[in-house]
Amino acid sequence: MGTEKSQAAGAPATKRQFRIWRGDETGGDLKEYLVEVKEGEVVLDIIHRLQSTEAPDLACRWNCKAGKCGSCSVEINGKPKLACMTRMSTFTEDETISVTPLRTFPIVRDLVTDVSFNYEKARETPAFAPPPGVTPGDYRMQQVDVERSQEFRKCIECFLCQTVCHVIRDHEENKPAFSGPRYFIRAAELDMHPLDARDDRKEYAQAEQGLGYCNITKCCTEVCPEHIKITDNGIIPMKERVVDRKYDPLVWLGNKIFRRGQVPQTSVTSEHSPGAVRTPATGPPGFHSHAGASHDPKAEAQAQAGVNWHREVPKPTAPTLDESGRLPLTELTFDRPAAPSPFGEDVSFPLPPEHLNYAHPEQDKH
Amino acid sequence: MTSTATRPGGPGTRPRAAIAARTLRTDRWWVQPVGIAAILLFFIVYSTIRVFMADWYYVEDYHYLTPLYSPCLTDSCVPGSSHFGTPFGEFPFFLPLGIVAFPIVAGFRVTCYYYRKAGYRSLWASPPACGVTEPHQKYTGETRFPLFVMNWHRYFFYLAFVVLLINIYDAILAFRGPDGAFGVGLGSLIILVNIVALAGYTLSCHACRHVMGGRLKHFSRNPVRYRFWTLVSKLNVRHGTFAMVSLFTVLFTDFYIMAVSANWITDLRFIN
Repeated sequence: MGTEKSQAAGAPATKRQFRIWRGDETGGDLKEYLVEVKEGEVVLDIIHRLQSTEAPDLACRWNCKAGKCGSCSVEINGKPKLACMTRMSTFTEDETISVTPLRTFPIVRDLVTDVSFNYEKARETPAFAPPPGVTPGDYRMQQVDVERSQEFRKCIECFLCQTVCHVIRDHEENKPAFSGPRYFIRAAELDMHPLDARDDRKEYAQAEQGLGYCNITKCCTEVCPEHIKITDNGIIPMKERVVDRKYDPLVWLGNKIFRRGQVPQTSVTSEHSPGAVRTPATGPPGFHSHAGASHDPKAEAQAQAGVNWHREVPKPTAPTLDESGRLPLTELTFDRPAAPSPFGEDVSFPLPPEHLNYAHPEQDKH
Repeated sequence: MTSTATRPGGPGTRPRAAIAARTLRTDRWWVQPVGIAAILLFFIVYSTIRVFMADWYYVEDYHYLTPLYSPCLTDSCVPGSSHFGTPFGEFPFFLPLGIVAFPIVAGFRVTCYYYRKAGYRSLWASPPACGVTEPHQKYTGETRFPLFVMNWHRYFFYLAFVVLLINIYDAILAFRGPDGAFGVGLGSLIILVNIVALAGYTLSCHACRHVMGGRLKHFSRNPVRYRFWTLVSKLNVRHGTFAMVSLFTVLFTDFYIMAVSANWITDLRFIN
């Protein structure tokens, strides 16, 4: 009580006990620190204070300090959180606060993990398919139709949902088969998009993204700093859309009677396909194929119609590392300004069309 | 509780941060799963005993029929409790009298998206709580038998909706006195509350939300279904609450009818 009073008066800082994970891929441990904490500060402020005082080599990723860039994702007292949005006032004064890196991804150093798993999954997810016959700039939609998709556009890609998901957090072997909550809502966003031309995103989500691995335990929704209802508005509707195609008796009957909903068979559909059975890509080294076989005539015909996610696209390149094989920490020790791109240094924008997994029906005919 | 550490990914995968603890959570994360597990197990045990009891399920004077035995469709049912005739003849003693509806409502609850969360967390510890390592070595989720059966929730929803209509019919019949005229007792009101909870639970279901309009790509072309979808979406936010409340109302309604039927208590009558 006394402390509250003194803090209200804008006064003294207190010392708080922290345990921060220090180490790299060879091993590491929780190190104890006693740090000064002032009124109104967040966990990221404390990490910065540590960097400026007793641990100048503490590695930590951060950027906007406003909960909008998704960089400072760490686990605070075992819960995945944004360090910049976790106020120190939410802890009691005698509490030891542990700060650890995201558990699900490979460690780089201290609080920094390699989240490239997510970028690979992002690249595998089929992009927006332009509607045939409508040129960019002529897209028109009603607000009521895009509202559902807009909720998912709030995503800041902090990957807290990805790190908390037990499917890959506790089972590394599921990583190839499972895209994670962030990409389920991406699939849902596009499937609910009024102008998206693909109609087999449900099949894709089940067969290639591993939607069936999700068991609705809702941790992704619990940790989302943007409060997106990932499970209720994204994953469950996607599961229900899969059910439409596979299990709904009334839809089946309606389709039989009215001869409607004849879905063009795509190469991704398969019975109860667990993503784990997917065979590794058979393409030449350096190329990345999303479903094993590619460049078959059917897929190419699809490409002409708008999109072909089986097109071979160059494998994402890894970021540039310094002599020690690590990501350079600061511009001071790096040979170029700003942080290295997670997409690699050899990417130029705009991306060449043959590196995209969709083709514009009008502009890509050549 | 066999695993304590972050599992290494096996050969070929890059190491994660070496953290020995199973979780670094400092809050009492086990309270919720343990509490929910206790509730679910209690309900499973209670309903199993009651379903096989084959007694004290109907109050003839006031026409109270417990939801666990509705509809009662065999000649073994006590007189008056079979509102829909007895097409099945006599049942052997080991077959529950409510065998038609009970598997439907049980299946509806087991495959329900809310109970899946509750069950997987508290009964199967997969995971017990967010950020807590689960004790299982392997995990394939709902991709293969038996768990892909969870995708049949839609079938159970359609059937459970029919059972809900039957329960509503039962509730209307329960507003009668011993002479068959209109009458209200405490039991009638308990049944009514149970019906409201059951209707809330069934209509707020995610499958219902999807069927009403969630499957549409263009809301603007289907304004009526959009209306329904909006309504169900509002109920859907409370789906977990409806699920738990209706669990208790079913349990309490059944217990009350059992108590009145067995003459442990007498029904408090307000009218007739």
